[in-house]
Formats: sequence, structure tokens, C-alpha cells
Amino acid sequence: MAKTHVTCTVNGEETEFLCEPQQTMLDVLRDDLGLTGSKEGCGSGDCGACSVLVDGRLVCSCLMLGSEAEGKEVTTIEGIAQGDHLHPVQSQFLKHAALQCGFCTPGLIVATKALLDANPNPTDEEARYWLAGNLCRCTGYDKILAAVHAAAAEMRGEAA
Amino acid sequence: MNDISMKDALKVVGTRPVRPDGVDKVVGRAQFGGDAAMPGQIFGATVRSPHAHARIKRIDTSKAEAMKGVKAVVTAADFPDIASEEAFVGEGPMNFRDLSRNLMARDKVLYDGHVVAAVAATSNSIARAAAEAVEVEYEVLPHVIDEMEAMADGAPLLHDDIFTGGVEPKPTKPSNVAKRMEFVKGDLDAGFAAADKIVERTYKTAPVHQAYIEPHACVASYNADGQCLVICSSQGQFMVRAYCAKLLGIDISDMRVIPAEIGGGFGGKTLVYLEPLALALSKKSGRPVRMVMDRVDVFRGTGPTSGGTIKVKIGAKNDGTITAADAEIILQAGAYPGSPMGPACMTCFAMYDVENARTVGFDVVSNRPKVAAYRAPGAPISTFATESAMDELAREIGMDPIEFRLKNAAKDGTKALYGPTFQNIGYVETLEAVKTHPNLQAKLGPNQGRGVASGFWFNIGGESSASLAVNEDGTLVLVSGSPDIGGSRASMAMMAAEILGIDVQRIRPIVGDTASVGFTFLTGGSRVTFATGMAVCESANEVVKQLRGRAAKIWEIDEEAVEWRDGAAYPAGDNAGKFEPLTLADIAAKAARTGGPITAKGAVNAQGAGPGFGTHVVDVEVDPETGHVKILRYTASQDVGRAIHPAYVEGQIQGGAVQGIGWALNEEYIYDKDGRLDNGSFLDYRVPVASDLPQIDTVLVEVPNPRHPFGAKGVGEVPIVPPMAAIANAIYDATGVRMTSLPMSPPKLLAAMDAAGK
Amino acid sequence: MYSPTYAAPKTVDEAVGLLANASGAARVLSGGTDLIIQMRSGRLRPELIVDIKKIDGTIGIREEADGWHIGAATPGAVVGEHAGLCAAWPGVTEAVQLIGSTQVQGRASFAGNLCNASPAGDSVPGLVAAGAKAVIVGKNGKREIPVEDVPAGPGKTTLAADEFVYEFIIPKCEGKTGDAYLRFIPRTEMDIAVVGAGVCVTLDANGVCTAAKVSLGAVAPTVLVVPDAAKALIGSKLDQAVLDKVDAAARAIAKPISDKRGTAEYRIKVAGVLARRAAAIAFERALAR
Repeated sequence: MAKTHVTCTVNGEETEFLCEPQQTMLDVLRDDLGLTGSKEGCGSGDCGACSVLVDGRLVCSCLMLGSEAEGKEVTTIEGIAQGDHLHPVQSQFLKHAALQCGFCTPGLIVATKALLDANPNPTDEEARYWLAGNLCRCTGYDKILAAVHAAAAEMRGEAA
Repeated sequence: MNDISMKDALKVVGTRPVRPDGVDKVVGRAQFGGDAAMPGQIFGATVRSPHAHARIKRIDTSKAEAMKGVKAVVTAADFPDIASEEAFVGEGPMNFRDLSRNLMARDKVLYDGHVVAAVAATSNSIARAAAEAVEVEYEVLPHVIDEMEAMADGAPLLHDDIFTGGVEPKPTKPSNVAKRMEFVKGDLDAGFAAADKIVERTYKTAPVHQAYIEPHACVASYNADGQCLVICSSQGQFMVRAYCAKLLGIDISDMRVIPAEIGGGFGGKTLVYLEPLALALSKKSGRPVRMVMDRVDVFRGTGPTSGGTIKVKIGAKNDGTITAADAEIILQAGAYPGSPMGPACMTCFAMYDVENARTVGFDVVSNRPKVAAYRAPGAPISTFATESAMDELAREIGMDPIEFRLKNAAKDGTKALYGPTFQNIGYVETLEAVKTHPNLQAKLGPNQGRGVASGFWFNIGGESSASLAVNEDGTLVLVSGSPDIGGSRASMAMMAAEILGIDVQRIRPIVGDTASVGFTFLTGGSRVTFATGMAVCESANEVVKQLRGRAAKIWEIDEEAVEWRDGAAYPAGDNAGKFEPLTLADIAAKAARTGGPITAKGAVNAQGAGPGFGTHVVDVEVDPETGHVKILRYTASQDVGRAIHPAYVEGQIQGGAVQGIGWALNEEYIYDKDGRLDNGSFLDYRVPVASDLPQIDTVLVEVPNPRHPFGAKGVGEVPIVPPMAAIANAIYDATGVRMTSLPMSPPKLLAAMDAAGK
Repeated sequence: MYSPTYAAPKTVDEAVGLLANASGAARVLSGGTDLIIQMRSGRLRPELIVDIKKIDGTIGIREEADGWHIGAATPGAVVGEHAGLCAAWPGVTEAVQLIGSTQVQGRASFAGNLCNASPAGDSVPGLVAAGAKAVIVGKNGKREIPVEDVPAGPGKTTLAADEFVYEFIIPKCEGKTGDAYLRFIPRTEMDIAVVGAGVCVTLDANGVCTAAKVSLGAVAPTVLVVPDAAKALIGSKLDQAVLDKVDAAARAIAKPISDKRGTAEYRIKVAGVLARRAAAIAFERALAR
């Protein structure tokens, strides 16, 4: 079977890979690039655990073919922190106990970063609707929302 | 032992530090079951039955085996035929023979999604193609999905060797009813005769799945010398070890299980599905095998909790005194016996001091996946019924639902229907706490209603192990045997830090594998903070004792003359002030010269887990034209004993309440006429999303448990018990329609409103 | 073993050529939010996947003399960020943004939603009510057809094997015209519509309706147009009696099935409710113009 050769940027690094034509970007990230931070919870775009940014746009990597990444810039959970300096969304998730099992957390953090990049001061309703595609079965979302608002405030430069 | 009344003296317990495993989880570095890898691993896939009930006439694996890249195919023929034997390994009843046949069908398939074969190949895509190439010839048999239909005469029989247990005389004909059980006290007839008002109704609940976001996953290797290694996410590495050893005929000493991070369980990961298959494939192929379920496999093939039919009758005097309470609880077990009917029977009246009461349970098999534990197994089902009836009765009498519950509330000294006499319980406190909550002062608008319900869960103790080692620099490593499903590493380290008098950051807590820590019963029953916490406290107290001994040696005084406080040894009594205090680091640095490494283990079979009670109040708004229910406000109060890490205690309550909201409103298993699951995806199995919910307000009531060093009680399960009835009661308040069937989805609610002319 | 061919042509001609010459089943890939799921589940096994997103004009929105041109594969999120189109056609643009989650919005498109040909596609009734046309390209060139003529039944379209949707043209929203789309789902997000209703009305200076189109999703094998509802609206200033007629017309035409997402009886009832509610919103929006 012929594999497709793809060149793209992943977390700022130029990356090449070969993928089967039907292989999803999520499978490429996890199985071929060793980036297992993106999770598969459903494989059908219903849980958001595989959320990544493609050219800055939030998508489910399970709903994208690896071949489609050609020439694109992909950011995964592994690319959100700057070295050992956590992104405010990451540190506020920790501070607010916004994770229990942690499986949905990478997708939620990527989705929250995308939210706050687009809308620095979301209302609770806006944040809840934006994140509706990220299922969390542990927390009831309460502490996640608290972390989102705290991260937004921190990114706006307001005292937490 | 610490004085639990001295809450103000606590420095670590009750604070909210960042969890020690947190950074890995926010940067994507934490290793969950599906992230683990072994050198040379290949990939497994399963072949699942498309039929609800069928005889397996023939399995032809030759085409699959001939495919390039396929390394092994296994069927039931590759597993020992296990004899019937009760297992006490997981949560709830289980039989090794049933479990063996559940993970690999033998002779018959009993539900859509039942595994009949598994393959391993050099890539996932080859494995999936090979699974499709396995040919299975079935003789399709009549099937039965509903528990009441399964109980009826002439229903298709799943097993010809099940004779209803618990009835006299012993039946001679096989049945789908595996067992009957009964709890009774007092005189029911007299109780109902004394009642002024009686409510009697039948309720129905749908099976719901735990719906953890992480599908089951493992990687396993079976070596040529018979030694096996499994890395997987589960609620108990020792549970996985025990089941795999038994089902494959391996010595326990040859089985090592390393717990991966677990992406949610809620009871659903208290048994094995993939691990024995991966081991069998590994044995046959000579390669480590990785297996990961996809979501549809999780829904079709793993255990949801039971659906059921519950008949309730409760009588009360006009002054609000309950005179008698009776419930018959019929639960689906799935394809093999073992529904949570026991706890369902024991919990549903446990909130009340009732003189005359009875609960009767029936465990019924049908062509559904075998049920697994789900958060307070059984209690939410029976309590939906009894707490709905309680609401109706309160209205009949004309009493406020909270006052009605207060009037009958179980207190210290109340003898429960299931036997024990309660001590140190905080049910009344949970009711009092919601009464004054601001949410209950909010005014309700049109189409809005408020509902109240309470819930009970036993909480359990049991066997746990921990070990604590002092490092050369005075930091510590804490190893426990409990998989951390919601932040328990943090609470374990906090309890040890409290005893040691040090900053919690100086303790690195980890979850040990089966070869590095003593036996620990699985993470379930809300037992970890209580039981494993006790093992941790035991190890910490022992380390303190050793530290005092080392200081005594350095100072050449008696150990009794050394006091430990704030992380340092101080000379006490006659010696007070004679020596400079020695910190943990000072003593650690001198460990080699004072007797070697300072380590201690804690090993307990913890008893006296304090039972938990909770009361939830919910406000809803019903769209009268569509039947859509919006949750406006939610208040959950619970007796938690003592909150070790309050943020994670609140998180348990919020998460449990929201799972209950999903159970109440939308979650269900839908089967088509052929008995095939029709909604095995997160698209159509509708768990609550962020925009469905308001803030979930929690009230932590602390009535300490004297059996725990810091007063902790289990907290994880109680919060899923009250929501369904609370919401049904709120819907009644809003619409005047009494919903008796879950889920209260828009089509059902609208149909009920139309039927009632509302 | 299943292994399709992936192609990402840069021109319409190249894409049409690939489709026309495909030996087996071929599928057009725009956002992929349906196609990739169907491939994974094994429901669809196309031998050829033609990704049209590299073709000029398939992504993006332009305002031209004959109306708004929306590239077939334009993601919902891009639609939602286009202030001009959102102001002109709030119903159409809100509808496409109801599909799936924010993540799905990052990829899902009008064309994918339409050609997936689910009776429940959220973006379709709004397009139909607004009078949108689909621009179809194929070996015989370009043709424009009303959006409602694209679906042929669940999972089927009227397009030939060599054809695909290149773009949509929605008329300019002129005068006192307002549109709305409402759908019912059990949750607040993430579900497939149990019922969807799109309404577009044009009013004269006195607020009297001069033109109207009402459409329903998920109550028949394909999207429905409800002429009786339009008839009730035209000539009215929208009062309760008219709303009741809209409700009744929607209920009368709905021929839904019972399935896991709702019973036929429920869908009929809710079709009336949503058509009525959407009509009220469309009127309000038109009046505000």
C-alpha cells in the first residue's frame, strides 16, 4: 500500500512523516510522532480529547487525515507550554483542581487556549458553549470553568 | 494518633495544594493505558458478535491467519475452560467462569458485541482487517433485552444451568432469574395499617454507562519463561493480576501489573476485558501485544450498570412519621448474573429510621453486556424510586420535603434495615445545611420547579498497603497500592505530611506496581482516602517513631525523651532544651550511621468506614412545548467526615452530581429489534456537556469518622445517588407531572405532559 | 486490506477528472467530519478520496453582484467570523455554527453537511429558506440548482459521479428580510437535530410579509419546504392566528420516522413549535431592518 509523504510543522518543528491514506492525524501524532498527549476518547469528534490547533484553528485531530496536514502548522498539547514555563491555562487548571483523571485535560487545555486567544474575556455561557465539545466525565465542569476564567484574567494581566 | 477534634491544629489536611501528578497531565506527558508501549509490540483487535443471542457453530480463522503481518489469532479454544467459582477480586459479585466467558465467548454469544476471537498483527490496520477476515458461523437464537420480559414464562433462556437462588423450594427449571434476596424488619402489614397516607408506584430506570473518556487499553507480554507483564489502566493492578492469573492459569508470582494513569473508571474498570486477550495473543505470537478499545467497543462490550424495575410502597402518618416502607427491586445483570441488587436493597431506605421495612431484590440476566460497578452500584436505581415516592408522600401529607426527611432521618443509634446501627453519621446535618443555602431562597418563575432528594452509600475499608522511605536529603517517597483516579496521590501525601509535620511538596507519592507494594484492594467503594489513607498514616507514624529513635541515638537519650513536632525532633521532658532540634534532613543525613535506611510500611484491613449521606436540591425549568429540562441551580450537601483536600472532595461531589444529571435526563442504552445497540457513541449516548449545566454548588458537612486518623469518610459515591429523584421531584414541582421512568428525556416528558393534559 | 487513494487536486478540472475516471467509489473530502467517521466505522470504503480544499474558491466568502458566494468547504468557524454575512443572514450562519462542537466547526462545511445528505443536517433548512443555490461542477461544466434539489434521500444526492459542489450563492439580503433557524436537541450542544426549522421572510414598509419560505429538517427523508406555512405568513403582520397556521402547516407536512433520537409523534409536534418560533424570530429580524 502506498503511503503519503507529508511535510508540516508540529509544535514549531518542521516534521515529515509517511501515513496511510486513511490514517487520521490523531493516529499520526500518537503512533508515528510519539506525541501521545492528544487522546482518543471516541474517534468520531464527539469528545474533544484529541483537540489540536491547525493553522491556529481548533479541530479534532481524529476528524482530519494525516495527509491533510501537508503544509500546515499543527500545535498539540505538547506545544502549549514554553519550555518548562506553563501556559496560564495549564497553571490555572492545576491551581483550581480542574482535573481529576486528567484524560480529557490536554484537549480542554488546547480548546481553552483557542478560546482565550479568540475571546480574552468570555462570559460563563460563552466558555461553556465553546467547550461543549470537550467531554469531561469526572469534574462536572465546575472547576474547569473556574480555571478558564482565572486563566483569562491572568492573560488579561489582571490579578488572579 | 491525632486528635480529630483538633481541626484548627491541622496544617496540611484541609488545604488545597497542587496535585503532585498535575504537571504531567497538563502538558500531555502522563502515560495512560493507551500511551504505554513495549519493545517490539504488535497490535491486537477483537472480533465481536453482531447478534444478541446465538450459538457459535464454527469459527474459521484461516483467512485471517494467512494475512501478511498477522501474528496470532485466539478464540475460546486458547483459554482454559474455567470452573464455576465465586471471585472476590473486584467490586460486586463475580464468577471466574462467567468472567472468562464474558471476555471470550464459548459456545454461545450472549449479547451484541460479545468477543468471539482476537487477532494480533504488526499494525493496527492489519489487525482490524484480520479481525474482519475471521469467519464466524452463528445459529441465531431468540433474544430478550428487557428485565421484565426476561422474567416472564417462555422467555428465551440465556443459561440452562441457572436455577433461581434464594427461593424455597429450590426450583427445578432453569430461569433467567439468577437470585432473589430479601431484607426485612418489623411488621409491614401493621405498619401500612397504621399509615394515614400511602404512596405506591412502579418506576423504571435505563442502564447507563460509566462513560469514562479513556477507553480500555493495555499492553501485555507473555515471556517464554512464563513471566507476564501487563501495563494497563484499571482501578486495581492487583485485581488485574488476580483475574489474569486465574483466567490463564498463571502463578500470581509470574504476573506483574504496572498501573498506568487511569482516564476515569467510576467502577467500570474493576474487571478485565482486554488484558487476558492481550496475554493470550502475546503467548501465541511471542511478541508484546497492545490493545485499545474504540468507543463503540466500550459501549457494546463493557459493563454499564443495570437498568431496572422498582416497585415502591411507603406509608406515613399525617404528622409525617413513616410507618412502613417496602420495595421490590428487579435489576438487569446483563448476560451473566451479578447485578448490584444487594446494595440496591440495602441503601434505598438507609436514610430513614423506619420501624417496618422490607426490600426484595431480583437479579435477572438478559442479552446485554454484563453489568459492571458504577459509582454506588445499585443505590441510584433504587433510590430514584424511593426518593421519588418520598416526595409524593410529603406532598400528600402537606409537609415540606426537607422537614419530612428531617422527621424520619436516621441518626446515631438508628438501626438500618440491612443490619448495622449507625454511629457518627451526618445525615441531619446535610438537610439542615441545604435549608439555609442561598439557592433555596431563590424565587422560582413560570415552568420552574424545585426538587429535593437524599442518598446513602456505605463506603468501605478493606486491605491496603503503603510504604514510606526517607531519602538521603530528608525528602520522602510514598508508595501506595491504590490507583489514583481523582487526586488521591495528593491526599495520601497530605496525610503523611501532616503526621511528619513537613511541607507536602517534600513527599513524592507514587502508585506502586504489583511487585513494589503490598496487596491493595482496588480503588472503589470510596475506600482509598479512608483505607489506603490509614495505611499511609500507619507508615508515617512508624517513620516518625524511627526518626525519634534516630534522634535519641544521636543524642544518646531514651526514645521516649524525644518529641516530634513541625518536622523535627526535640528533646523533651528532663532533656528539654539540652540539644539543638534535629530536622528530618539532619536525621536523614546521619541515617547510615544510626542504623541504615529509614523506611516503614503500613498494611491494614481497614474497618469502620463511616457511611455517607448527601442531600441535593435542584431547580429546573421545563419547556412546556418541547419537554426540554434546563438545570437552573444545583446544591449538593454531603457529610464527608473530614475533607483532606477540599477541592478534590468538591470535585467528587460535582462530578457525581453531573453524572446523575445525565442519568436523569438523557443517558440510556437503546437497542434495536434485533437486540443490537443503536446508540454506541458519544453522539447518541448523551453525557452532559459544559453548556448543559449551571455551577454545581457544594456544601461540605464535616462529621468526623473516629475510625480514621483525620476523620475521613468516603465521598465519591454518595453524590450520584440523589440527583435522579431530585430532578424528577423538581419536574413535578414545575409541571405537575410525575415522571417514573428514566431517562426523563424530552420526548418522554412531553408525552407525559400531554397525557396529563398539562 | 482497505487502503484508499488520497488526492488533493489544485483545480476544478483536475478534481472532476479524478472523479470521472475513478474506477471504484469516490468521495469528495471537504471538512471530513462525516466522511472520516464513516470510513473508520466501515460504513463507507471509498477507493478514492478527493480533497477539494486546495482548489481556489472552495474556502472563503465573497460578496458579488449576484449575492454571497461561499466556498463549498468553508469551515463553519470561518463563516461565523464573517461579520458581513452573519449580519445579512443570521439564520443561515447560526445554523452552520450549530453543527457539532467548536472543534467540528473548525472543519465542517455547508457542502459536507448538504452532501452527507442526512435528513437532519443543521445547515440545510436555513440555506433552503434563504433561497440559496448550490453551484455544481462536473465534466459537463457548471450548473446552479436550488439547495433543496441536492439531497435525494438519506445518504444520497442528485449529483452525478463526476460532480461536486463548488460553492453556494445566497442572494443579497435586501429590504426588510430576516431569517432564522432553530433546531431541537436533547442537550444544548453536540447532538444531531431531532427537528430543524428554517424561516425567511421579507416585509414591506408596513411590516406586512410579502415573501416567505419555511423549511424543515429531520422530519422526512430530505429537507422539506412548507408552502402552506409560507402562504400563511405572506400578507400577514404575524399574529397568533398566523403562528398557529405555521405550526399546523409544519405538523401537516412532517412525515418523520421514529428512531433513537425521537418518536415520529414527538418530531411532528416539535416541528410545529420550531417553525412557529423561528417565524417569530425571522419577523422580528426583518422588522429591525
